[in-house]
Amino acid sequence: MHQLLKDGAVVNNTWQLISADTDDLPQGDILISVSCWQAQRHNLANHAGAVGVWIDSNEEIEAFVATILDLPLIAINFPKFVDGRGFSLARLLRDRYAYSGEIRAIGQIIRDQLFPMQRCGFNAFAFETELDLVEASKSLGDFSDAYQVAVDQPEPLFKRRA
Amino acid sequence: MYQYDQYDQKIVDERVAQYRDQTKRFLAGAISEEEFLPLRLQNGLYVQRLAPMLRIAVPYGLMSSLQVRKIADISRKFDKGYVHFTTRQNIQLNWPQLEEVPDILAELAKVQMHAIQTSGNCIRNTTTDQFAGVASDEIEDPRPWCEIIRQWSTLHPEFAFLPRKFKIAVCGSEQDRAAFLLHDIGVQLIVNEAGETGFRIFVGGGLGRTPVIASLIRDFLPKEHLLTYLDAVLRVYNRYGNRDNKYKARIKILVRAWTPEVFAERVEAEWQHLKDGPATLNGHEIERVKGFFTLPDYRAVDDKAVQTQVNALAAEHKGFSRWLDRNVKPQKQQGYACVTLSLKPAGVAPGDVTDRQLDTIADLADRYSFGEVRTTHNQNIVLADVLKSDLFELWQAARPAGLATPNIGTINDMICCPGGDYCSLANAKSIPVAEAIQRKFDDLDYVYDLGDLELNISGCMNACGHHHIGHIGILGVDKKGEEWYQIQLGGSADKNAALGKVLGPSLSRDAVVDSIETLLDVYVENRLEQESFLKTYQRIGLDKFKERVYAPAS
Repeated sequence: MHQLLKDGAVVNNTWQLISADTDDLPQGDILISVSCWQAQRHNLANHAGAVGVWIDSNEEIEAFVATILDLPLIAINFPKFVDGRGFSLARLLRDRYAYSGEIRAIGQIIRDQLFPMQRCGFNAFAFETELDLVEASKSLGDFSDAYQVAVDQPEPLFKRRA
Repeated sequence: MYQYDQYDQKIVDERVAQYRDQTKRFLAGAISEEEFLPLRLQNGLYVQRLAPMLRIAVPYGLMSSLQVRKIADISRKFDKGYVHFTTRQNIQLNWPQLEEVPDILAELAKVQMHAIQTSGNCIRNTTTDQFAGVASDEIEDPRPWCEIIRQWSTLHPEFAFLPRKFKIAVCGSEQDRAAFLLHDIGVQLIVNEAGETGFRIFVGGGLGRTPVIASLIRDFLPKEHLLTYLDAVLRVYNRYGNRDNKYKARIKILVRAWTPEVFAERVEAEWQHLKDGPATLNGHEIERVKGFFTLPDYRAVDDKAVQTQVNALAAEHKGFSRWLDRNVKPQKQQGYACVTLSLKPAGVAPGDVTDRQLDTIADLADRYSFGEVRTTHNQNIVLADVLKSDLFELWQAARPAGLATPNIGTINDMICCPGGDYCSLANAKSIPVAEAIQRKFDDLDYVYDLGDLELNISGCMNACGHHHIGHIGILGVDKKGEEWYQIQLGGSADKNAALGKVLGPSLSRDAVVDSIETLLDVYVENRLEQESFLKTYQRIGLDKFKERVYAPAS
């Protein structure tokens, strides 16, 4: 889709997703794989446009996370929407590595995952299929509170009960 | 028992609204079958062989009489006037309409109930001992901890899409009545040498295709760290559990592949980051939750005098005496007892009750057990805190409702899954086997003489009927399109949990019942005085039983 949800609003997607590894990277804002980033990061200093990486759900981010924390965008791929590993990866990026850039969910995500994804630290959602993003964004507000500590709520409910 | 405050209520109400919207979008074609599947499962809705099935959560098996009446009401309004109690202490409706499920959930929410995470690849209902709070061998009441886990696991944002389902049980007593070593996580309350309460943590137990007894990964976890430690276990599993093959996706497979030692190290490493974080429990919260599980207002009773009365009545009424023997257990408070209402009369699918029986159960609870009802993983109902002086009256009131069959712990108190009559996964029917066994063994004197005997039946290897841990286990198998049954012996769900061994080649349904009789003959011939079936089996071994069952006809 040309548009996505970011921080609750519909915005245009300026990033090109480069799925396969290639030496021939296009100009403009690009989202490249971790292996591509590792191979080419030193050549990308003069890239005309911004650079972000996309992480697949099975990746051991501990191995390379230190090299990506300054990037403006990290995307986490959901090969299937029922593959919940990306939820943990987003939390690690935010909670453990204090990443403050954009974390974007990409791949086969569905709108009914928006609320927990947002809790885990995702702030942008790029759907594969066409859908009414304004309508879908309502799912960000499915719940007004939650029991657990998460990225959006540093205190558990048990410490906040009146 | 725990009472919702405005926060708990709001979360459940918002879940109903969310599910109502999801159902609406599904019916309008805006959500595909594939996408709707995990959404409805996370709210307990299966699509079964004949109709949808809705599983309602009964957190750690505790219900109020008000909730029981609501279930009765729902079964009348939205179903066929009966419900099924499951081996996870939950309740199933067999015939709800998919379109009406949001209305059913809204009704449940009115009495602080829901169907959240009763199915799907997420953290399921936490289970425990049906005698929690009254068991004389209790170290600490496990229910406050179950409630703390319930809140933590409810709509946990990180763990809604695990590799596979995830079950937690808490054991707070010397004797295990929660089969906690057969859970993905088994939490055992213990007191250490310094007199502090904490937990031993076991992981990777489970039934299903690959039955495994859980491994100890932490010897003592101070109580305030419970939730951060659970977060660590779940995070390791969520990241590294197998997602390619659903039959290898349970945590037990990961624990075995890594070894329990390596798994424990990985959890420990993850936990170092979470330990002492904001999810660390504080005394205020622990006390707040414990405050909901206070003891009722017991009366001072002259236990000896009451016992004499009860004994006199038992001498007069053989039926009452049998019921006392099998269905009534002592509890730690003097003058009171725990009564098990049997949901296993002959001719009824084990665990099934009608709406009228539910109303009766609620009435009995109001009259005799402070309005509280407990469901058991053996698919029965327990009324605790019954005055011994009320036992005779209770028995008389329960009998006409079909709730006083004196068969608890006997061969007729079977655990049985819904099987091929309802479930689309089953290879074979299980209810007719249970019925045939109950009809065969209808001589109560013979049944009592056999003593404690757990017979468990599953219609397929997913093992919802816990066949691996029955002293006698029966498993339905598919043999070239025909329903056959495999018998296992020697399983046990107590602290010395053991998995049954396969007796021999599978048998036809008719042959199963005869073979059970043969097994019992071998037991009766070989037992030493007071020796249970399980003990005799452990002493004489499988072969003695096998030889007789598979002996060529002479």
